[in-house]
Amino acid sequence: MRARLMALVAACFLMLLVCAPGASAATLPSAVPAADSGTSIKGTLEGPTDKPVPKVRVTVKQKGTSVGSATTNAKGEWQVSVPKPGDYTVTLDVSTLPKNLQLRSKGGETLPDVSVRPGSARTVIFPLIPKSQQQESEEGSSGGATEGSGSGGTDQGSTGAGDTGAPAAGQPPINPQDSSTPFLNRFLQMTVEGIKLGAIIAITAVGLSLVFGTTRLINFAHGELVTIGAVVAYVFSTSPMHLPLVLATAIAIAVGALVGGAMELSLWRPMRKKSAGLIQMFIISIGLSLLLRHLILTFFGSRRNQYSQYTVQETVHLGPIQITPRDLFVTGLSILVLFGVAYMLQRTRIGKATRAVSDNTDLAEASGIDVNKVILTVWVIGGGLAALGGVFYGLTQAVYWDMGFNLLLLMFAGVILGGLGSAYGAMVGSFVVGLVAQLSTLWFPVELQNAWALLALIVVLLLRPQGILGRAERAG
Amino acid sequence: MSDEHSRPGDHRADDATVPAVPPADGNGAELTEQLDPGQLGEHDEVEEREEALEAAAAMKGSSAAAKSLEGVAAEPGSRKPDPILVADDVSRRFGGLKAVDVSHLEVQRGTITALIGPNGAGKSTFFNLVSGFDKPNTGTWSFKGTDLTGMSAYKIARLGMVRTFQLTKALMRLTTLENVMLGATGQRGEHFLPAIFKPSWSGQEADNEKRADELLERFKLTHMRDEFAGTMSGGQRKLLEMARAMMVRPSLIMLDEPMAGVNPALTQSLLGHIQALRDEGTTIVLVEHDMDVIMSISDWIICFAEGKVIAEGTPADIRSNQAVIDAYLGTSRALPADEKEPSP
Amino acid sequence: MDFISILSDAARGMFGPEAAIYALAAVGLNVHFGYTGLLNFGQVAFMLVGAYGVAVSVATWGLPLGVGVLIGIGCAVVLALVLGIPTLRLRGDYLAIATIAAGEILRYFYRSSYAQPLTGGVYGLRQFADGFYNLNPFTGTSYGFGAFTFSARSLWIMVVGWSLTVLCSLLVWLLIHAPWGRVLRAVREDELAARSLGKNVYGFKLQSLVLGGIIGALAGSLLAINVQSVQPDSYNPVVTFYLYAIVILGGASRIWGPVLGSVIFWFVVTFLDSFLRAATSSGLIPSSIIEGSDVGAVRFAFVGLGLMLLMIFKPAGILGNRKELRLDVR
Repeated sequence: MRARLMALVAACFLMLLVCAPGASAATLPSAVPAADSGTSIKGTLEGPTDKPVPKVRVTVKQKGTSVGSATTNAKGEWQVSVPKPGDYTVTLDVSTLPKNLQLRSKGGETLPDVSVRPGSARTVIFPLIPKSQQQESEEGSSGGATEGSGSGGTDQGSTGAGDTGAPAAGQPPINPQDSSTPFLNRFLQMTVEGIKLGAIIAITAVGLSLVFGTTRLINFAHGELVTIGAVVAYVFSTSPMHLPLVLATAIAIAVGALVGGAMELSLWRPMRKKSAGLIQMFIISIGLSLLLRHLILTFFGSRRNQYSQYTVQETVHLGPIQITPRDLFVTGLSILVLFGVAYMLQRTRIGKATRAVSDNTDLAEASGIDVNKVILTVWVIGGGLAALGGVFYGLTQAVYWDMGFNLLLLMFAGVILGGLGSAYGAMVGSFVVGLVAQLSTLWFPVELQNAWALLALIVVLLLRPQGILGRAERAG
Repeated sequence: MSDEHSRPGDHRADDATVPAVPPADGNGAELTEQLDPGQLGEHDEVEEREEALEAAAAMKGSSAAAKSLEGVAAEPGSRKPDPILVADDVSRRFGGLKAVDVSHLEVQRGTITALIGPNGAGKSTFFNLVSGFDKPNTGTWSFKGTDLTGMSAYKIARLGMVRTFQLTKALMRLTTLENVMLGATGQRGEHFLPAIFKPSWSGQEADNEKRADELLERFKLTHMRDEFAGTMSGGQRKLLEMARAMMVRPSLIMLDEPMAGVNPALTQSLLGHIQALRDEGTTIVLVEHDMDVIMSISDWIICFAEGKVIAEGTPADIRSNQAVIDAYLGTSRALPADEKEPSP
Repeated sequence: MDFISILSDAARGMFGPEAAIYALAAVGLNVHFGYTGLLNFGQVAFMLVGAYGVAVSVATWGLPLGVGVLIGIGCAVVLALVLGIPTLRLRGDYLAIATIAAGEILRYFYRSSYAQPLTGGVYGLRQFADGFYNLNPFTGTSYGFGAFTFSARSLWIMVVGWSLTVLCSLLVWLLIHAPWGRVLRAVREDELAARSLGKNVYGFKLQSLVLGGIIGALAGSLLAINVQSVQPDSYNPVVTFYLYAIVILGGASRIWGPVLGSVIFWFVVTFLDSFLRAATSSGLIPSSIIEGSDVGAVRFAFVGLGLMLLMIFKPAGILGNRKELRLDVR
């Protein structure tokens, strides 16, 4: 039993590793010349489409005195050795940038207080966008110094840096707080943005909700299915394969479904057979999430990448609303998929069986439903949907290693808002989350949009603990 | 509805020792047959003798209880001479379904009062409501003259009204002794700051431990004293739950299906304990499905159907009550699986 | 490959400042998860308010460091109440999501431009712990022998950290072995049963949340003092996951579980770090598989794998009681 479990877990890993060499081959060799170059500050300068940007000058100063400078090489890499650990100011010389590029955020060329720890190389990122796009205001940019190689300390936290700032490609075409645009127009625009975000969350959250409904498992690793989807599509749509994104997405969905099914078969089914406790499984899923996320980080790197297709598009005007054809397509397709899922649950045999298992597993089993088959189907569908959602999220924002984890809390918010275990509830809840997040930017900074969405979750739990569509349970 | 009359107490005590006496009334016989799988006939002779002795001892309490109910009208919502629990207009809705709708209900002090009724009649929900584990949509109720409306469950328990649960809730990873000691009220060591200074609570703890040991002795659980409660059998857990509830020193104890899933031998011992508690002056309200058990130990029976009280009376009254028979036979014959369907 | 130096790194790691700080935070979490059964996934939020209590008090307001620690504890109490009052009535799994969400909300607000004048926004604050190091009784350059050589600075924070850990563990031991702790464990086993016996379950959960939260805030203050800087993004949910790994590794609801768990956790983590670093630089692991810069990530992938395997095969942890385990696996 144990041996079999181990073997299956190992098989699961192998599968991931098979995907991985592709990933590392496709992405740029993860920058950094020699790793053990002592105390230094380094980075890789890349344009929006991952093209390295050479011949850009970077200067490092401490307390106003220059410590050193470097110019990016053909791969966009640069490195400045610093004499001792401490805080430095790193400045990018804007005049050396190519004419068509600018920094993502205003004032982002200077990163003050970059702290370097003994014996470690501190990685600094200067996010670049095309001149055609609008720069973010300074506070919205988290800029982002990420620590590449920590020294056994408490540095793991900083890997989360830059996750919550304004998304690069996700910026709405108009500034939600720009008072020169009429409020109604801004409101409509942000409503559309909210629906878009909500639809993407909903696609990914349906699987989470179905899994919870059928197995009572709160799956923390669901976010990684989203990342896997986005990353697989990225790998297949860039060099060396250069498949069209549509085809790469199809592959991503297949891989997502496969990974979802593999998780069920190799891990969750054996655990259920051992009649493991729900908290035990919950914590296992956290371990799995950590494992997968850091494997993706290892092989994919910590950069935010854009798909090569559909990234830069002119917006079209629909009345007062501006939207790119890409976003329109993503939103429309997401909603169509949601209808498809609803139809499946309502009309098809497997959908009805799924609802029966969610309602009462024992009763469903007693009436001849193959519960394990239903659960496997739910995992496969959930995995595929999560992967699709990942590609959509990657298209509208960026592809990066912990994108799924960032989305996970919003998914949970959606699932719980709507009522745990109800797939329709998850859909409704996700749209609420998306709308709250985007509409909040009409009044508050973009950096806080997730905070408002999560606050909405807590408020709803206070007023209606069973969620919007959930039913109250009998006590005692 | 039966005419109002009460039986002499000694007759009731007979019922306790010979539970399977068929009632004279034809309808009643049908009722017993319908509901009773006849499991009580199996216990061996030794136990029967012990039980007879116990019953003889119990007679006093039983007759006192019967006496106190003399002259009480056998009709829904009847007034009792000395009610310990009074409920008015208590209702609870689940969606469109009115699970409980009790206009008036009184429980006489010092009696064993049984709540019966078909599945889904609202007995357990009523339990949850009066014990504070669920909030009613409407209604007021009082215990020993104290208004309990809207009071939290733990405060109700502290006032001396303690309940048990249909599915036994043994605190698995606490020892049997710890389970029982938890029931003691007013423990100084349960407050944060005094808890740090052992001398401030060790004396009280020793007293509580002594009392807990007495209860374990009484419920024949002493051999399990230092074992985790999770290692107990189902029957032992029922005993433990009762011992734990007694540790609170309740004046009213509400037992939700105390005999469910318990083997016949243990049923007898549980019955003995329940009667002994009554004889010591504790009021007992119990929900139970086993008709033999109900008829043998109850002093008063309240019958629920579709959330309402449809009949009240002594066991003899209930046996011959047409509304009760209709409620049971109607649902159990025509619609065995569905409890929400109205009876014909 | 110098195994001696790898092992000595690991040996230092297991008693170093981080191990002490994580042990302390895990003692607090053990009160929540181990003894009360609260799925608090927002323990990092208590560390956050503890850390910023010190940082903001000293760096922004110019108050003494001791006052800062007290302010941090005060913030933890307020947070426990604000977080607990709405969420402690929720079912366990809802509580987990609500607390993790609350931790993230706090992090978003601490890093926002609104809070920048106070917290330094995304850049955080630094150089505020001189008050602590001025008290350092160790004045030499290094202390210890062989592998166990620490700087005076590290030794000072280790002494304070481990002392606090032991003190808090003893406090928890006293409380858990009093009737107070008995109620807490009863709440963990079955809330309804505890309530039916007249226990104010909600009140006990709140007390538990406050106690564990204060211990978490102390750990947070110490963490901030250790690195002389605070940055909101270091207080992300992953820290809480590590704390769970530590508590479960040592054995939940065991007094010394978190301490043992933290020591082993940091031994393994530092060992992996040193080993992988040495293995990649010496070419033992070809750079086509893992590069030097990936070591941090690989290390945490191993933490995840370890947490999984631990939970699958030994969910009661090292100090766990087999008998207890048979009854109910958490």
